[in-house]
Amino acid sequence: MGENKDVWVFSEKYDLTLEIIGKGREIANTLHTELAAVLVGSGVEKKADELIKYGADRVYLVDHPALEHFQSEAYLSVLHSLAIKYKPDILLIGSTKNGKPLAARLATRLETGCIPDCTELSVDEKGRLIGERITYGGNAVAKIIFRSKPQIATIPARVFKKLKLQDRNGEVIKLDVKIEEPKTEVVETKPLETSSINIEEANVIISCGRGLEKKEDKALLEQLANIVNGQVGNSRPLAEDRKWFTEWVGLSGHKVKPKLYIACGISGVIQHVAGIRDAKIIVAINSDPEAPIFEVADYGVVGDLYEILPALTEALKKRFQ
Amino acid sequence: MKRIIVCLKQAVDVTQLKVDPATSQLLTASAPKKISDFDKNALEEAIRIKEKNGETEIFTVTVCSEDAKPVLREALAMGADKAYFVNDHTLQNVDTWATAYVLAEAIKKIGSFDLVLCGEASLDSFSGLVGSRLAELLDLPQINSVRKISVEADVVTAERTLEDAYETVKSKMPALITVTREINQPRIPSLMMIMKASKKEIVTWTVADLNIQKEKIDAKNEVIEVLAPKTERKKIMITGENTKEIAEKLAKALFQEGIIRR
Repeated sequence: MGENKDVWVFSEKYDLTLEIIGKGREIANTLHTELAAVLVGSGVEKKADELIKYGADRVYLVDHPALEHFQSEAYLSVLHSLAIKYKPDILLIGSTKNGKPLAARLATRLETGCIPDCTELSVDEKGRLIGERITYGGNAVAKIIFRSKPQIATIPARVFKKLKLQDRNGEVIKLDVKIEEPKTEVVETKPLETSSINIEEANVIISCGRGLEKKEDKALLEQLANIVNGQVGNSRPLAEDRKWFTEWVGLSGHKVKPKLYIACGISGVIQHVAGIRDAKIIVAINSDPEAPIFEVADYGVVGDLYEILPALTEALKKRFQ
Repeated sequence: MKRIIVCLKQAVDVTQLKVDPATSQLLTASAPKKISDFDKNALEEAIRIKEKNGETEIFTVTVCSEDAKPVLREALAMGADKAYFVNDHTLQNVDTWATAYVLAEAIKKIGSFDLVLCGEASLDSFSGLVGSRLAELLDLPQINSVRKISVEADVVTAERTLEDAYETVKSKMPALITVTREINQPRIPSLMMIMKASKKEIVTWTVADLNIQKEKIDAKNEVIEVLAPKTERKKIMITGENTKEIAEKLAKALFQEGIIRR
């Protein structure tokens, strides 16, 4: 076990790779080891220098036409070969819909543990990685350690910040590895109509839940959002049950951290609350005085969102004048 | 005859979970248990595939240190044909590795199958690793986060939702698929179905029955602390004579917080 060394970072998403390098750099410094980024794809060699400038000491580069798009078995075989050859101590993988299954399969192939969706990472006095994650539907934060190596953790987008681009030097190691044949075939890809701006970045979010009667009524929220430079969101039932939207705020959707979150007609089930826990101020508007959202709100208004929202929009407009 | 295996977890009903205010510890032992929501979607999908394609049997597999039979009866009432239950007190502190390992050995003992369906993640721990670990251990093609499935001959086609795209993926069977909650609305079994289910079989195995070496299922991860986060919210209720007054009070409060700007 003693021979494993270095901190590795991988994500098939470039931005997420940079974010994880940001945290990985800190952990590698604490452990006095090196930070390596694994760069996989086709025609991606030119990105290697940039990964070093963002904080990596070394880049393992596997560039092959068969790796142009993410493919589970292909990417898995590449990471597995590298991990067997170089034995990383810690492997941080981007927690995307493709990256998390990849991490799980890699951990299984290497007969090691995995901590998914870490919201914080640290190192204890023995140099062991501690991963923190939200569990029990947002009711708790668990701290987890490893009894095996490499220590694999997955990191969601926008949890950590990328570092500033610096003038640094590092080593690029280009490798040829055997790529496993795919077992599945992607026959069609359709872009998902996502909002142009990431809701995770928003300073103010006005969000609606089951209390919204029609999809079009989201305009009420948009009017308020326009006044305060905010963005509009919604809870899961409006996406999954009513199919009005494709995304939602919550533990299983977007986890947000605005300065202000206004929950309109949202009852406040814990999965939703877990997704807004990092908001500085939470305002709840709900016609049901018993709604659990009031328990986690800074300001609560018992009332009809169809009356309160336009009145609040007007009141704010007046204050801005 | 096709065979679909559905992995079911008995999960803590997180909506009914209480926290000890003095210690911030979760009172999981006393919380009610149920079939993990996503796994119920997986079972519902298996039943729908059977209804559409006919000639299919549905087996569920559960790994748990505690009794889970009442929960498995519900699965049988929904429409599973047989439940396999690996029930062993040594499984108390299993992690995703050990859970997947035991599931894999149980599925190997069951024998042949065409499809393994799992929930994308469990309701309580929400790790979302077991399905993929199981696919690796059984050397199966896997399709994750699926919101639509169709089966034709020996090919399964699945639609999945990624961060920025929908993807349609094809695989030869046998394959493993994890489903999201949007794939369907699980049925509620009728009294008739509940009565019929009492005649269905629950096969109970121990770890020894699966010939698993003890050290193979030593946990790779250890949870060292689980604490409820301290949330300190102001909980100020804003009231007034009329909507206008309430709105103005709220606007004033938000300005004083210094959190909004034009």
